[in-house]
Amino acid sequence: MATFKDFRNSIKPNWCPGCGDFSVQAAIQRAAANVGLEPDNLAVVSGIGCSGRISGYIKSYGFHGIHGRSLPIAQGVKMANRDLTVIASGGDGDGFAIGMGHTVHAIRRNIDITYIVMDNQIYGLTKGQTSPRSDVGFKTKSTPEGSVESAIGIMELALTAGATFVAQSFSTDLKELTSIIEEGINHKGFSLINVFSPCVTYNKVNTYDWFKEHLISLGTIENYDSSNRMMAMQTLMENKGLVKGIIYQDKVKPSYQDLAHGYSKEALAKMDLNLPEEKFNELMTEFM
Amino acid sequence: MIDQLSWKVGGQQGEGIDSTGEIFAMALNRLGYYLYSYRHFSSRIKGGHTNNKIRVSTSETRSISDDLDILIAFDQETIDVNVHELRDGGVVIGDSKFNPTVPEDLNVRLYAVPFTEIASELGTSLMKNMVAIGATSAVLGLPVESYLEVVEEIFSRKGAKVVEKNMEAIQRGADHFNGLSGGQIDGFQLNKADGMKRMFMIGNDAIALGFVAGGVRFMAAYPITPASEIMEYLIKKLPEFGGTVIQTEDEIAACTMAIGANYAGVRTITSSAGPGLSLMMEALGLSGMTEVPLVVVDTQRGGPSTGLPTKQEQSDLMAMIYGTHGEIPKVVMAPSTVEEAFYDAVEALNIAEEYQCPVILLTDLQLSLGKQSVEPLDFSRVEIRRGKLDPSKELPDTDDKDGYFKRYEVTEDGISQRVIPGMKNGIHHVTGVEHDETGKPSEVAGNRQKQMDKRLRKLNGLRFNVPVVKQAPHEEADILLVGFNSTRGVIEEAIPRLEKEGLNVNHAHIRLIHPFPTDEIRPLIENAKTVIVVENNATGQLANIIKMNVGQHEKIKNLLKYDGNPFLPSEVVMKCKELV
Repeated sequence: MATFKDFRNSIKPNWCPGCGDFSVQAAIQRAAANVGLEPDNLAVVSGIGCSGRISGYIKSYGFHGIHGRSLPIAQGVKMANRDLTVIASGGDGDGFAIGMGHTVHAIRRNIDITYIVMDNQIYGLTKGQTSPRSDVGFKTKSTPEGSVESAIGIMELALTAGATFVAQSFSTDLKELTSIIEEGINHKGFSLINVFSPCVTYNKVNTYDWFKEHLISLGTIENYDSSNRMMAMQTLMENKGLVKGIIYQDKVKPSYQDLAHGYSKEALAKMDLNLPEEKFNELMTEFM
Repeated sequence: MIDQLSWKVGGQQGEGIDSTGEIFAMALNRLGYYLYSYRHFSSRIKGGHTNNKIRVSTSETRSISDDLDILIAFDQETIDVNVHELRDGGVVIGDSKFNPTVPEDLNVRLYAVPFTEIASELGTSLMKNMVAIGATSAVLGLPVESYLEVVEEIFSRKGAKVVEKNMEAIQRGADHFNGLSGGQIDGFQLNKADGMKRMFMIGNDAIALGFVAGGVRFMAAYPITPASEIMEYLIKKLPEFGGTVIQTEDEIAACTMAIGANYAGVRTITSSAGPGLSLMMEALGLSGMTEVPLVVVDTQRGGPSTGLPTKQEQSDLMAMIYGTHGEIPKVVMAPSTVEEAFYDAVEALNIAEEYQCPVILLTDLQLSLGKQSVEPLDFSRVEIRRGKLDPSKELPDTDDKDGYFKRYEVTEDGISQRVIPGMKNGIHHVTGVEHDETGKPSEVAGNRQKQMDKRLRKLNGLRFNVPVVKQAPHEEADILLVGFNSTRGVIEEAIPRLEKEGLNVNHAHIRLIHPFPTDEIRPLIENAKTVIVVENNATGQLANIIKMNVGQHEKIKNLLKYDGNPFLPSEVVMKCKELV
């Protein structure tokens, strides 16, 4: 059985020292080993940006796509081979700006993949511009007088889009993050895990200390019930989205693959491509 | 007795005009006639003039005709818009409900038949199209029974009574017409057809069938005219083979999802038209850079922007060849008949996997939607070739320090062994960033050049069956006519007329647009006094591609049409005579 070390390669990430993404990388590697995956049965698909490089830093099948499109690529991989475990990942710009259309539709489609977002509320690789997760008033190169656009409440949005697994975590809480990723992988459907992963170079507001001060663990809320969507929404709104833990999980709803009419239980990638001649003749006759 | 005639039915969109044409054509197809149809329609569901023109012939035909023999009108607008197309002595049959009139200066015969009234008497005015079909069969001298099989197929689900009523409507239409005309009128009786069984289908049907036969098991697509039929067919059929279709949120998702699924080893396609292809451009580059096979169908329609969404045009050529930033290997195929569309759909899948690059299967609206008779397809020509991919192969341990597989190994033919996720010892990285042989990002200059050269030389050895369809009987031709996609039929029809005028005409129809088959086409151009490139666009895109590859600028002339309608044979003949 593989250990987390089997999911490591020798590539040195090009992240800044202190970047939150290192812990996310470690958490994915640990979670993969903990749920019993082998590197060749895991596909990590990522977008573009600092965090998008992550697919190259985990030893598994890795696909580093184009900006904002990690989700459609990942969904395609899963549809082609349902035996694979598929993780999509990227940053908040990748997923909630350029890729937001795909995020909302991946949520409502509910294909069984896990989406891990490294949310640092800023554009890092392009050297410090505002993100859809930046708070109002946040000063960046592109908002020198402070951002005037509202930040997206992504967890709330996911709930209204029909999400079946919504979780949030903080990159320094390696143990909790690992366990949430394991839950996400085991969840039968689309799981969204938003990880606050501070940018030490360009975000001087939402720092490690800032999150330690502001994030509320759902474990500390008495009688919190993650199967209660209404409670999930209310808790998010009361805490401006700054909570961590599994916010909501619907364990009942079947995944897209289980609902798609006629979709094979056997992985499509393993099926015979040839059509029997009688079948072809039958198809031709339908046009006669 | 005649060998071919043209029939048109027109009215308001949503009034059953299409189904009238469909039932008429299906019955004649069953008798062994060759059918070729052209739908005039707009981007709306109800209202607005629409018509369906159907050519019936005892021999193969792939073009609409210049004129019209019979016009069936459900409103006066249909007559006003189309009456000038009628030949001398042609027939108009209008619903007496609207008191049809024809211009006095035209020599056409008008018959008013109470389509709606007869249908209402039989129970529902919806059957007025059946009454019109009955009147038509009286003109042609076709027995009413010819329709029985088709009517049964369409209506038997609604019960025997409905079948009976519809047949009665046809009979009443025929009887009424015979009463008015005093029996059959001369000049409209078709010679007997050969009775052979043929399919009656549109190009999109053939492409979709080709994909099913060629091993496609997944599709991701977004609806658009005139491509949606491909998706709709696969939605119906793929579940029979365990596959499925996802209707995505947009064409970017469609294309990238298809890339993901192809990467994971399933033959997956997407189809769209110009606007969708514009959105897919970045993803095409990803497919080229990551060497993930991809087949995209582009059913060209009127551009630019939303353009003429329901009209004929061939203006995506340059975009399909050059579209995406940077430089990638790409194949652009352009079938010229419905049969070719089927075989090319299969072949596009093979080429994409063999050369590990994007393949554009280019059609145009008239080829995609023009319903026509098609000879039975040859299943023995369907073969599946996956190139350097064998998912069942056991891979040896690699010598890479991370155990990564050399997915992008530099090889002589530029094509590397392909592996798919799940294969042991196949782990590698895939990225749109320039990368080394294992797929790890690399900006090293020497590596960059090696990988670029590797990708771009893959198509040097491209094997393509019949890149140019040649009809070149003349060693020295006065004219070489060149076209692509659906103009083949109209050019073939124009040639005998030009030859009658004493001109020696050769014809080259280009089926492989990119990489351009220069060696195939050059001798034909060299042996022609004038080269006339027939295309439905405003800037002569194909002519420019020929000039780029072959030269000979001075003898290459444009024959362009971009008003949204396909060429008529007479237009090609007239313009050719002007140009020589």
